[in-house]
Amino acid sequence: MTYDLVVIGGGPAGVAGALTAAQAGLRVALVDSAMRLGGQYFRHSADPRPAPGLDRFLRLARALDSRADLLLRHQVWSLTRGPDGDLTVHCTAPDRTALPVAARRVLIATGAHDRPLPFPGWDLPGVLTAGGAQALLKGNDVVAGRRIVVAGTGPFLLPVASGLAGAGARVLGVFEANGGLGLARHPLLALGKAGEAAGYAADLVRHRVPYRTRRAVVAAHGEREVEAVTVARLDKDWNVLATRVLECDTVAVGYGFVPQIDLGVQLGCATRHDVDGSPVLAVDAGQRTSVAGVWAAGEPTGVGGWRLSELEGRIAGQVIAADWRAHGGEAGAGAVAGVLLRRRERWRAFGEALQRAYPVQPGWQSWLRDDTLVCRCEEVPLARVREAQSLGATDARSIKLLARPGMGWCQGRICGYAVSCLAGEPPQPPRRPIAQPVTLGALADLTDDPTVQ
Amino acid sequence: MTFHITIDGRPVPVTPGQTIGAALHAAGVRSWRSTRFGGRPRGLFCGIGVCFDCLISVNGRAPERACLVEAAPGDEVTTS
Repeated sequence: MTYDLVVIGGGPAGVAGALTAAQAGLRVALVDSAMRLGGQYFRHSADPRPAPGLDRFLRLARALDSRADLLLRHQVWSLTRGPDGDLTVHCTAPDRTALPVAARRVLIATGAHDRPLPFPGWDLPGVLTAGGAQALLKGNDVVAGRRIVVAGTGPFLLPVASGLAGAGARVLGVFEANGGLGLARHPLLALGKAGEAAGYAADLVRHRVPYRTRRAVVAAHGEREVEAVTVARLDKDWNVLATRVLECDTVAVGYGFVPQIDLGVQLGCATRHDVDGSPVLAVDAGQRTSVAGVWAAGEPTGVGGWRLSELEGRIAGQVIAADWRAHGGEAGAGAVAGVLLRRRERWRAFGEALQRAYPVQPGWQSWLRDDTLVCRCEEVPLARVREAQSLGATDARSIKLLARPGMGWCQGRICGYAVSCLAGEPPQPPRRPIAQPVTLGALADLTDDPTVQ
Repeated sequence: MTFHITIDGRPVPVTPGQTIGAALHAAGVRSWRSTRFGGRPRGLFCGIGVCFDCLISVNGRAPERACLVEAAPGDEVTTS
C-alpha cells in the first residue's frame, strides 16, 4: 500500500501536518522514533509547570490517533525515490527489522537537537545537554542531579532551570553567555510571551535561582564524574574576564539548536543558511522543499519554537491536501487561510529575533585547551584539529578527513558546529546517506528493493 | 508498579515508561561505558538519541542507545 502522505516526526509540526491532511481525507502515516507523540517539546508527564500548549497538543494527538497510522518507536534511516516517482521512507521497527513505507508525499518534521559547545571536561558524566536534562525530567520523571548548574544561551535555559528547581534540584545558577538584556528586557517579553517569561522568572525567584548574564561554564572538573565547574564572567565576545569555581554534581548546557535535515539533504532538497548560520531546508510559502512531493515544517526549516512549528505543519497539511485533490482530479488547489500565513510571518520574525538576541560568539574557542576533546566519539582533541589545519586543512571537511572529528557514532551531530567554527566557515549541510544506525540485513533488503536503483 | 532491571547483576528500580538510561542515571549510575582510546567514562549526554555516548548492551544484544530503549522487567544490562 502507498500512503498519500507519510509524515516523519511526531512533534507539533508533524502532528499538525498529519492531522490537517488526514482530516482532508488523505491516507496518512506518521513515523516517530519515540514511544509517544510529542517530540522534544511536548514530552508528557508531571512537570511542575506544564509546557504552554500541552493540552492543545494532546487534543490534536488524540484526534490524529483515530485518523492515521502511527508508527511509533520506528526510526527512519533513509528516504529514497523510485522510478515511478513514489517515495520510500525506510524505517527500522522496534525489533530492528526493516520496514519500507511507500508514500506519494512526505512531510519532513524531524525537529532539532541541542547545540553544545565543547569545553574542558564536557565529556565527564554529569554534563548533559539542556535538552537531555529536560528529557530526563519530562519524559522519565528523573531529576538529572542534586546540585545543578544550567548554562549556555537562549530562553530555553529558563524552562529547564525552572523545571529542575520545581522538581527538587538545587539549581545553583543559570549562566547566560549573552547579556545586557536581563530578564526584564528579555525578547520574550517584547514579543508577546510576557506571561510565559514572567512565569519562569517567578519560578527562579521563588527557588532562589540566580540568573546571571555574560557568564558561562568554561570547564568541568572531576575524576569519574562532575564535581565542580569553572564559571567565567565574559566580555561581549565571550572572552573570559574572571573565573570562580562552583561545586556541583550536574551541568546542563545548550547553545541553541541544530535543525535535523539529513533526510531532506539525502533527497537533494535545497538548503539555505539561517540567521544563526545553521543549514536549514529551503521552503516556499506552501512549505514545499525544492524536491517535488517533499514538504518540510518546523525546526528543519529554521528554529522558531513550537507555535511556529505547528503553524508550518498546518500550512503544509493544507497545501499537501490541495496537491492531493488536484492529482485526484478535484477542482482547484485550495488556498491556505491568510490568517495562518500572517501568523507564520509573525512567529518567524520572533524566531529570527531570538536567534539574533542569542548568538554564539567566537570567544568560546578561547575556553579550549590543547587536550580538550572537540569530537567526543572519536576523541579528537583541539590539538589534532589544529595539526590538521597546519597540514593545510582549511575547511571542516578536510579537517574531518585528516583528524577524524565527526567520523564516529554521532557522525558530527554533536561536534559539527564546533568544527565548522574552528575552521572559520558556516556549518555545511550534513552529508549522511544513513540517518540512523541500521543493520546490515536492513541494508541488504534495500538492495533487493526493485524501486531503488 | 516499580520493577527492576539489573546492571552487571545489581538491581536498579524502574518506574514504568522510563528508559534504561534514565533508570540508571536516577539510581546514581551515571557512566556505563569506557571510550576506546582514552578509557573515559561515558553515560547520558544528549538524552535524545543524537550523541551515542550512552551505548549499552541489553540482554546480550549489540549496543543500543540507553536513552531511547524503554526498560522492561528483568532486562539485564552489562557495562563494557
